[in-house]
Amino acid sequence: MDDFIMLFTIFVMAIFVGFAVINKVPPLLHTPLMSGSNAISGITIVGAMISIATPNTLTTILGFIAIVFAMINVVGGFMVTHRMLAMFKRKD
Amino acid sequence: MQNAINLAYLAASVLFILGLIKLSHPRTAVFGNQLGAIGMLIAILATLLDRQIIQSGISGYVTIFAGLLVGGAIGATFALKVKMTSMPEMVALLNGFGGGASVLIAGAALHDATDPTLQLTVATVASAIIGSVTFWGSLVAIVKLQDLVSDKFSRFPGRQPLSAVVGLVCIALGLWVVNSPDSFAMYWILVVVSSILGLLLIMPIGGADMPVAVALLNSYSGLAAAAAGFVLSNNSLIITGSLVGASGIILSQIMCKAMNRSLANVLSGTVGGESAVGPSADSVYAGKVKSTSAEEVAMLFESARRVVIVPGYGLAVSQAQHAVRDLARLLEERGIEVEFAIHPVAGRMPGHMNVLLAEADVAYDKLKEMDEINPSFERTDVALVIGANDVVNPVARTDPKSPIAGMPILDVDKARTVVVIKRSLSPGFAGIPNPLFAADNSLMYFADGRKAITDLVTAVKEL
Repeated sequence: MDDFIMLFTIFVMAIFVGFAVINKVPPLLHTPLMSGSNAISGITIVGAMISIATPNTLTTILGFIAIVFAMINVVGGFMVTHRMLAMFKRKD
Repeated sequence: MQNAINLAYLAASVLFILGLIKLSHPRTAVFGNQLGAIGMLIAILATLLDRQIIQSGISGYVTIFAGLLVGGAIGATFALKVKMTSMPEMVALLNGFGGGASVLIAGAALHDATDPTLQLTVATVASAIIGSVTFWGSLVAIVKLQDLVSDKFSRFPGRQPLSAVVGLVCIALGLWVVNSPDSFAMYWILVVVSSILGLLLIMPIGGADMPVAVALLNSYSGLAAAAAGFVLSNNSLIITGSLVGASGIILSQIMCKAMNRSLANVLSGTVGGESAVGPSADSVYAGKVKSTSAEEVAMLFESARRVVIVPGYGLAVSQAQHAVRDLARLLEERGIEVEFAIHPVAGRMPGHMNVLLAEADVAYDKLKEMDEINPSFERTDVALVIGANDVVNPVARTDPKSPIAGMPILDVDKARTVVVIKRSLSPGFAGIPNPLFAADNSLMYFADGRKAITDLVTAVKEL
């Protein structure tokens, strides 16, 4: 239970950090923000990799599909965000 | 070793937060995105050293790298091929995969657990429900964004009680899984029923409201990741999931505010495109609408010192952004000050219009937010509205009974002359006539957005 309270504390604190940070992103960049936040939510890939490691065939298959899904998020998210952000230029 | 891995996860989380902070300015945003990518690389590399994965030997690593390669290739293909106009679909797709991954991870963890704790089972159930709703809801959102299903078809009677019943079934199944965690079949039944719930929840939301749904699903995908973090007791998943969850909530609130709708109202799909009260189109427009031509507008530009371009959804539809860039440059060469007024919901998702114009090489310092540019309309000679309607409807300020009453709008009617490029007088998403089109200082230029701008460019060149 102590562990849970610790994790839950982190969860609540992180939500506050999220609100504080995201509120500063200007509307100009809201689309890249959405795709970029998708990319970092691909952190689930870490969990997917661990579930492959068990000897159970079923969980290995589930883990493999989860890695594919999460990696689409990671690579697709970061790359498309970069593509968009690279287009934003100042008047020179 | 496990401590080192956890420190690496902490480093990754810090890099994600720094990356989001850098995303608050276009000058530093590219770097911010790269910081996020580095954080992800650190997290993946650290996980490869996990004790369980090392014990799984070569076969474990082969499976992992195969998954990384397949997913990476698919993701890269999407990212390189997707058109900027289809960004809402792309984001919806990514949301969906994020939710799907959480469902699978939680399922695998439940199968693996020998003596599951209450935290694990409850979090597993949460991952299953939120993740499945996100996955299927996102697929529905993609279909609806492409206008493949009509809103009428998807708003069948009795959908709300049905959703409520399915939601209750989800909770009951969830309690069952918590109570007897070794009944794996029940977990997958829960996933199936939650999937149905996802379809039911997103289906009735109107096509025009879909961007709100996409922002909300973005939030759900974050919450699903956080839930998966509780399943695995993994801090980095919890932190990142909460960041994304907060981001999605903020964006859906911003969109609702800009559309003058409550979130509950959008989600139930009760308004939007339905008949509205107020004066009829005939009484607003009859005999008062003046139409104009490219030559006439070009002459207006000749004597103008400041022009504000107001791009709307119609610009994105007719792919006129490159033509608009040409027109803006041409006017600037003639010494006219040109700026773009961007309404918060212009385009098809938050910030979408900025991306479309940036793609057309319009400098971002010319793209002005509503609050910044509104006071300047009084000293603007020509406001050029392209395919926008509700977001420039002055009724929002004047008629408290109107469905858009109180909605923040761009005050284009205060410019000396307003030129509206639009194919017809048909109403926008709110379904009400726009008195701006009949105002004394307004000229209607009836044409397709791109053709009108191209003709305008020619006409200005011939001056």
